Amino acid sequence: MTDRLPSVLIIDENATRASIIEAGLAAAGHSQVMVINEMHGIAAKIALHEPDVIVIDLENPNRDMLESIFQLSRAVKRPIAMFVDRSDTEAMQSAIDAGVSAYVVDGLRQERVKSILDMAISRFNAFSRLERELKEARGALEQRKVIDQAKGLIMTSRGVDEDAAYKLLRKAAMNTNRKIVDVAESLVMSARLLGDEGK
Amino acid sequence: MITELSAGFLPLTDSAILIAAKERGFAEAEGIALNLVRETSWANVRDKLAVGQFEISHALAPMPIAANLGLTPFDTRLIAPMALGLGGNAITVSTALLAKMQDESGFLGLDAEAAGRALADVVAAGRSGGDKLLQFGVVHPFSGHNFELRYWLSASGITPDSDIEIVILPPSLMADALASGQIDGYCVGEPWNSVGVARGAGHIITTKSSIWASSPEKVLAVREDWAGENAETLHALLRALYRSAEWCGQPENHSELAALLGSPAYLGQPAEFILPALDGSILGASPPGGGRDFFQPHARAATFPWQSHALWFYSQMVRSGYVGHSAAHAEIARQSYRPDIYRAVMTGIGVPVPSANSKVEGALKEMVAVGASSQFLYLGPDGFFDGAVFDPDRLDAYIASQTA
Repeated sequence: MTDRLPSVLIIDENATRASIIEAGLAAAGHSQVMVINEMHGIAAKIALHEPDVIVIDLENPNRDMLESIFQLSRAVKRPIAMFVDRSDTEAMQSAIDAGVSAYVVDGLRQERVKSILDMAISRFNAFSRLERELKEARGALEQRKVIDQAKGLIMTSRGVDEDAAYKLLRKAAMNTNRKIVDVAESLVMSARLLGDEGK
Repeated sequence: MITELSAGFLPLTDSAILIAAKERGFAEAEGIALNLVRETSWANVRDKLAVGQFEISHALAPMPIAANLGLTPFDTRLIAPMALGLGGNAITVSTALLAKMQDESGFLGLDAEAAGRALADVVAAGRSGGDKLLQFGVVHPFSGHNFELRYWLSASGITPDSDIEIVILPPSLMADALASGQIDGYCVGEPWNSVGVARGAGHIITTKSSIWASSPEKVLAVREDWAGENAETLHALLRALYRSAEWCGQPENHSELAALLGSPAYLGQPAEFILPALDGSILGASPPGGGRDFFQPHARAATFPWQSHALWFYSQMVRSGYVGHSAAHAEIARQSYRPDIYRAVMTGIGVPVPSANSKVEGALKEMVAVGASSQFLYLGPDGFFDGAVFDPDRLDAYIASQTA
């Protein structure tokens, strides 16, 4: 019994992030991991599953509610305290930086919790990185779309081929000291405005 | 030289002084660059203060007291060297509950006494009818909301926890919870009452200012060790916040302030939901003024951290069973508020400051001029709606006389 890994409840309204933490914990041998994506009926779920550790994202506006449930549950001999080894502010700091917090049952040994928190922190960080990369990729994709549209406009109005259209765009950008995408954007925008006016 | 300070805030109208200090240049004029970080929970504010991500924060008035009494998971000591205004909360109930209150006692208006009586009638009728207990939401156990709601219920003959259930919910979710019937009412800071009304989820039945006139709500919370090591920065900050409070309190600035607070970076709500709390029109037909305004960021020593306020919150924490009463605990609570720091800073810039650290709460029935370190200072009225008086010098007797 003493060797059993602590049971973990992950509360995260972001289902994707919750599942990558769940997968990470499963890979580390945690068999008792539960994920909750929405807060409705949370008190009953906690009472039912009695998790040893609860991991929650800091963006969740329900932390105050969650903590008050723990306060109430003290009355039914289910003491849960916030995870923090008071001397270990560094761990706390990196958890907060990553955007995650955790609570544990009182008396659970710190070292058994640390690996869970470390896992959550690294997965939260990985998720943020992924999100950032995705956003950048999406931005790059948008830019290419605008340039393609601008090229199309030039090809029709000037009767040139794609290569020539791109060269014209690049020249206009160099002459005005702007980025190609900015020139393309203003071209598409004015074409749209003028087109609408013409109709 | 510019000192950068990170401050947490929750999207509430009473974060006005911090936001205006940044946006209207009062902080910059004192050499401070305020980095305001919007938070989604008071737990986040507490954690980030504890690990040093925030030097200062918009905080619930009982928060530093709870921290210093060891009721929170950290042993970080916090102090409140300044209050961030008086009033600003209201109690909103569902349309269904308001209808019952009107049926039972023809209740109308925002008077705390009448609203309490009407609710007590509904609770009594529900008890004899075997109805499910009414549920009211507040944002945090250690909040002005929780304690003023409980005080109002008790003084109206309704026992919190046995006659009415009190649950914790984030402010932004209150209106939805009310609309869906999950709760029957809530006590929360603005604009979340006005938002509930605008969404057709509920009606405001009374206000914090009616339950306890000129009552404390939010404070500036500062880590005690940081305050000790950065006295000059703290003083500059308090001067900036005082000037900001002055600006926020001027009626001609209310529209601009409402628009500023409403912007997506801050409250992210339409200005028309924010303005009624600032100009007092949330109180409806009864004209603002006479000291009975809804939210007061400046006048009547609204930013002075009265130790009697700290002790009253402490008395209510004892009443609710969060902490046992002892002289040592009371002293910790009293010392959590630091009027000495405030006074030293404000007298330095010629601002009138109360000469006492505490006052008898409920002693002033009208607005009066009182002794101050310089010039005149107007205080009050500061009465509780039930006529009770809180004398901080008779704390033991007050605590002993409290019922659940």
